[in-house]
Amino acid sequence: MAKFILNGEAKTADVESDTPLLWVIRDELNMTGTKFGCGIGTCGACTVHVGGRATRSCITPISSVEGAEITTIEGLSEKDDHPLQISWKNLQVPQCGYCQSGQIMQAAALLKDIPKPTDKDIDAVMGGNLCRCMTYVRIRSAIHEAANAIEIKGVQS
Amino acid sequence: MSRLPKRNSPSITRRGFLIGMTAVGISFGFPRHLMAAMDPASADGKVLPSEGELYEPSLWYSIDTAGKIKVNIMRSEMGQHVGTAIARILADELEADWDDVEIIHVDSDPRWGYMVTGGSWSISQSWPVYRQAGAAGRVALVEAAAKKWGLSAKDCEAKNGKIISSKGELSFGELVSLGLTRQFTEEELKTLPLKPNQDLKLVGQQVTSLDVANKTNGKTIYGIDAKVDGMVYANPILPPTRYGAKVVSFDDSAAKAVKGYQKTIVLEDASGSVPGWLMVIASSFIAAQKASKLVKVTWDAGKTVDVSEADIIAHGKTLLDDASKGGILDTGNVKTEPAFESASSSIAHEYITSTVLHAQMEPLNALVFKNPDGIWEIHSGCQWQSLTLPVLATALGEDAANIVIRTYMLGGGFGRRLNGDYTIPAALTSKALGGKPVKMILMRPQDMLFDSARSASVQQLKMAFDDNKAVTAMEHHATAGWPTQELAPGFMPKGINGEVYDPFAIAGADHWYSVGAQKVRAVSNDLAMATFRPGWLRSVGPGWTGWAVESFMDEAAHHAGKDPLQFRLDMLIAEGRNAGNNAVSEGGAARQAAVLKKAADMIGWGTEQAQDTGLGIASTFGQERDMPTWVACAVQVHVDKSNGLVNVQKLVIAIDAGIIVDPNGAEAQCQGAALWGLSMALYEGTELLNGQYKDTNFDTYTPLRLGQTPEVQIEFIASKMPPSGLGEPAVTPVAPAIANAIYQAVGVRLRKIPMRPSELKSALAKA
Repeated sequence: MAKFILNGEAKTADVESDTPLLWVIRDELNMTGTKFGCGIGTCGACTVHVGGRATRSCITPISSVEGAEITTIEGLSEKDDHPLQISWKNLQVPQCGYCQSGQIMQAAALLKDIPKPTDKDIDAVMGGNLCRCMTYVRIRSAIHEAANAIEIKGVQS
Repeated sequence: MSRLPKRNSPSITRRGFLIGMTAVGISFGFPRHLMAAMDPASADGKVLPSEGELYEPSLWYSIDTAGKIKVNIMRSEMGQHVGTAIARILADELEADWDDVEIIHVDSDPRWGYMVTGGSWSISQSWPVYRQAGAAGRVALVEAAAKKWGLSAKDCEAKNGKIISSKGELSFGELVSLGLTRQFTEEELKTLPLKPNQDLKLVGQQVTSLDVANKTNGKTIYGIDAKVDGMVYANPILPPTRYGAKVVSFDDSAAKAVKGYQKTIVLEDASGSVPGWLMVIASSFIAAQKASKLVKVTWDAGKTVDVSEADIIAHGKTLLDDASKGGILDTGNVKTEPAFESASSSIAHEYITSTVLHAQMEPLNALVFKNPDGIWEIHSGCQWQSLTLPVLATALGEDAANIVIRTYMLGGGFGRRLNGDYTIPAALTSKALGGKPVKMILMRPQDMLFDSARSASVQQLKMAFDDNKAVTAMEHHATAGWPTQELAPGFMPKGINGEVYDPFAIAGADHWYSVGAQKVRAVSNDLAMATFRPGWLRSVGPGWTGWAVESFMDEAAHHAGKDPLQFRLDMLIAEGRNAGNNAVSEGGAARQAAVLKKAADMIGWGTEQAQDTGLGIASTFGQERDMPTWVACAVQVHVDKSNGLVNVQKLVIAIDAGIIVDPNGAEAQCQGAALWGLSMALYEGTELLNGQYKDTNFDTYTPLRLGQTPEVQIEFIASKMPPSGLGEPAVTPVAPAIANAIYQAVGVRLRKIPMRPSELKSALAKA
């Protein structure tokens, strides 16, 4: 029986220990915001946070996250109002939207590490997240916009 | 692909309104399949309840007593925000308050008419239909208010969800509460007054797309997220060849050790969609995919098990050598021989494109079951319901009337989901299990191996010049695997030589340049057809014909000693067949010249460039001559001679698509399409190897990534012409613009895409 904390709630799942975290989240816990893309960690659609770090859930066996705190897109903010979710809506980044949960989770981890990323930082950190609709131009802009919003908010508070 | 819906759109209108007339008083919706419609703005996609009695001025929408307007969208949402764009056409004409508008993506009920989402047609075709529908509601509401007030209709005005007069105002909801029943005959509809284009308020303005919010919080429901109680999971085992493979035997003893494994079945498929497939069934998806790797299968492989990319290309060249093959398009004067015989000079070049995979982010999947009413329900993403239904009917041995497709949000379409073959294995498995719900998901390598790829192509172009280096004739011979021949042969017209051809595999070669005598010939590559199932891939034929035509025009300009921009402008003369022949194409070649000039301005055409840096320009007309979207692309590239790496530093697109309904969405489509073009120009492409695609995952199949994305600038030409399409056209001029820029930068001409660094490097070494 695997035990871990998902979006702040204690969860258990009766699955084989080598089951990828992705399929536990999607099929056992019925949270489908995290997506399956490649199964080998090369597209980023399945990105979640494990202990605050961006992690490819499709290649993360459930046994390796025993007791860990896991955050998915559903748990990123209470009211869908993470600065990235706001900038993503403002700039209408998503097209088909399938990769965007992973993009946003990867970007959220980026902003924690580098609050004011340059284009180069963004290119490097977001390079593992594929977008087949090629929304890259807007992803770049939306990360900058969110970083600015966080900075202004930080100064005000 | 515009021939197809044009043929059908009048019947959509007619059918729609006739059925709308009979629906008066009946609660709108889906009495039999309430679940079979989806609102992308609501949680879980559930359609929100309506209040009170409904008024349905037409098939395309309803208004409830709270004034909420539900607009029925029969196009699939795959990133174009198509529902928002179509709904605002209707809402604008209706004078609705945008905040009252909800969109519903409908099921495959025949009442909606012919259902397909592709060809960049959606807006162009919906434009007249939804405007008429909106006008019908507006007229009916004004009449009802006038009657209530005892006024003449001309003294009442519709505005922002209300009817206003000297007596006050009545909201749409209040008027519906009075019990509106007004319906319109088709003749009446045709004479309804439409708002003048300049009075449109929602069209052309910024509105937030209704599907966007749920795509930032994980709430959008895609096909892969579909669930019903009691479903089992299935993962297939694919045969070694696309066609002709037969299962000899299988051994699932090792799979039996997997917890949750149930059984393996060999599919019997009357539709021919999935020959040689097995399906592994389990109680969870993880168990199904684990078990499918453990089942040992012996097949008799199909005949194409040794066919590779080089064979397809070589066969294509052989086919083109035989002048009797293929269909010749009607391009006016096709007698090019005299001009070539008397030419003072001529050039001829050959262009090749590699096999390209859709690789949409959401792997193919489908959930199928027989519901308690005996109806087969297909839950999946789908772009061409009207093509998929008959195939399902054949596979299931059922009347198509007993099958309904519930279309979910698509995690990418790009043409892959025009071909609904992936619903068949799930349907056959459900049938084998007595109608039990079966959820099939393909792993990424399975998705790629089962792709309907964009076929490799070979194109040979030649041009004749007179003493003054003026162009006197042109020929374009193209061969590839034809998607339409395989999947919808009824849509292939006959050429002037009586031979059929796939219009979507040659459109673009019949360009708008005045070149004197012009011969365009399309040949089906039968070896490609036998080896894999060619598909329509975003921009389809123009994705390769544009590559050839616009690379060749550049070469021709250099041969003629002219500036490549001026050379093109000199031949873009809006006369005769190049003047345009319908409302959308009116203006013809002059509009193409305008986008070329615009793109040239945007990039700074003619300016001095740094060492090994060059500018390139190219122009196309999107998808077909009768629905042209005029596009020009200009790029600035730098070539690193040491390793052959091409760095696209700047990419600009100028585009004329008529009236732009949704400016933000239009820009997004063009950004994405241009980058898709860049991706196919430099980064993505695979090859057939022993009957299968060589690359099956994103480790070796490498579409553009963020770090490879240049600055992209999109500009639209302001226009009052009816809208054309935007989903694909910006793909088509990008690759030739890059090739032309590479030539300007380092003097090397590449004639094959993708243009790999190794090939550029070896070309540089030879130069």
